[in-house]
Amino acid sequence: MSVVTDVVRVRVPPRTWRSEYRAIKIVWTRELIRFKADRMRIVTSLIQPLLFLFVLGSGLEQLSAASTGGVSLKTFIYPGILCVAVMFTAMFSAASIVWDREFGFLREMMVAPVRRSSIVIGKCLGGATVASFQGVILLALAGFVDVPYDPLLILGVFALQLLLAFSITAFGVMVAVRIKQMQSFMGVMQMIITPMFFIAGVFFPVANLPGWLTVLNRLDPLTYAVDPMRRLVFNHLDITPEARATLDPGVTWFGWRVPTALEVLVVLALGLVMLGIAIWEFNASE
Amino acid sequence: MAVNFSTYMTIPAIEVRDLKKSFGDVEAVRGVSFEVAPGEVFGFLGPNGAGKTTTINMLCTLARPTSGAAFVAGHDSVTERDDVRRNIGLVFQDQTLDGYLTAEQNLKLHAELYGVEPALVPARMEQVLRMVGLWERKDGSVMTFSGGMRRRLEIARGLMHSPRVLFLDEPTIGLDPQTRASIWRYIAELKEREEITIFMTTHYMDEAEFCDRIAIMDNGKIVALDTPEALKAEVGADRVRITTEDDEAAIAAIDERFGLEASMSEGAVTFLVESGEEFVPRLFAELGIAIKSVSVARPTLDDVFMRYTGSTIRDAEEDPGAMRNRRIMQVMAGGRR
Repeated sequence: MSVVTDVVRVRVPPRTWRSEYRAIKIVWTRELIRFKADRMRIVTSLIQPLLFLFVLGSGLEQLSAASTGGVSLKTFIYPGILCVAVMFTAMFSAASIVWDREFGFLREMMVAPVRRSSIVIGKCLGGATVASFQGVILLALAGFVDVPYDPLLILGVFALQLLLAFSITAFGVMVAVRIKQMQSFMGVMQMIITPMFFIAGVFFPVANLPGWLTVLNRLDPLTYAVDPMRRLVFNHLDITPEARATLDPGVTWFGWRVPTALEVLVVLALGLVMLGIAIWEFNASE
Repeated sequence: MAVNFSTYMTIPAIEVRDLKKSFGDVEAVRGVSFEVAPGEVFGFLGPNGAGKTTTINMLCTLARPTSGAAFVAGHDSVTERDDVRRNIGLVFQDQTLDGYLTAEQNLKLHAELYGVEPALVPARMEQVLRMVGLWERKDGSVMTFSGGMRRRLEIARGLMHSPRVLFLDEPTIGLDPQTRASIWRYIAELKEREEITIFMTTHYMDEAEFCDRIAIMDNGKIVALDTPEALKAEVGADRVRITTEDDEAAIAAIDERFGLEASMSEGAVTFLVESGEEFVPRLFAELGIAIKSVSVARPTLDDVFMRYTGSTIRDAEEDPGAMRNRRIMQVMAGGRR
């Protein structure tokens, strides 16, 4: 029945850096293929951020108009929403590890002659990529909230989103290795992610908060993504210095203003630590 | 290439030395040793939970032996895990395909993970897909495939990187007879065309006949190992099955009058006796209990299995031994990651 007569014999060469690179790349590609195939996911994960931005933003604007120094509330919460949108998508990407286990596919990757770390890294990069793609859609809406389309701004926002998405995916993968069921995974992620984004200062300036909230806010890793994002966007706005000072006070540690670079470093460092833990957990499992 | 292969031909494809695996205080595999020659089709036969899958998992580097050693394609399954993995193809009992991807994408992903030379991927892919009759469906999403098509695709994928040893864990379980037959056809074809050793587990007796050699596993141990023919010859006797007015009394009477050990199996009094056809007239004359039906069969692997384990493979799965296996499953489910 077969028409091919000569047997094509391939041999698998010993592991090299190149084979690890190929493994990372194919795991990354798979995330992209799946994201493209799953159009519903693109739409559903956009709904929540859009609701916050346009419904909550427009609604509360009527109360806040007096105190924002002429800046629209939508403009104020926009940087935070850029972060939140990425966060939800990244979380979904990490969730696919749980699916992969449930449908057996994880096993196919686990028995391959490559480092487990390559699989985790590919997964995190894939999650980061699709999440930033999601972020780009929101970035396109800048004009609706009076934020200019400045190439430098767009580039900066994209870089920040990529970083945040990577860290969140690493966090999600770290959790997903331990949790076997989709429902529990979603539950756990909701439990962690929801408070994180309420506390991070997406909807309020982070200065002059009650003491307890200040402490929680400074402990929340997401704070260190939202704050640089807001500074970046506000750098490109034409507003009064008073409004800027009120709306973008910056994060302080015991009165010391934390530099933007350090904030970004915090997000990166946390992401790498969680990636490390995820790899370690993956290696430890049979 | 030929040189590489001939050196490979001189060492056993699989060598197992006193392999043991315990889950807590439950011993799933209790010291097995065997060798599989290159090019052989080697069958592991036994009821569900006899320790077949646990053994296969140890050979495939998926489980660590409690003690003993296993070498696959000359590499130690514990210390040279990656070398073992490069040289083996795996088809699991449960499916491990990505349903969101097409057949072709699944194979491509596998080739990349295994580092197959990119220039050879398209040709190899066409070959394995044609072999399992899925070439025309290569762009189809796996989600739309039937169970049989998925199993065929998994076999194609397991072959994608030209493994030296292909492990098939219950490759035909849950498939219709037609698909089962076609999978056996691929295996026969494979044996002929590729320089490959096939290690498989099954609990279908009729399928074990396709193997060059068979190891019968029961309760974590190998109880017999030989070619199907030799194993059958060793049984020698024919299998006689009778139904009677009083089966209990018939078993006692067979023991008393003929010195044969009979047992109830699948609803009939069953025993082994040499030259079964000639024995039947004596049975009717001397048993003293009314016989309702009788059948005589030449020895099959089922009889081999019965001889070594004292029960048929189906009965064994209902057995108290199965309770032990269920416990192993529970321990494994609880202990897994």
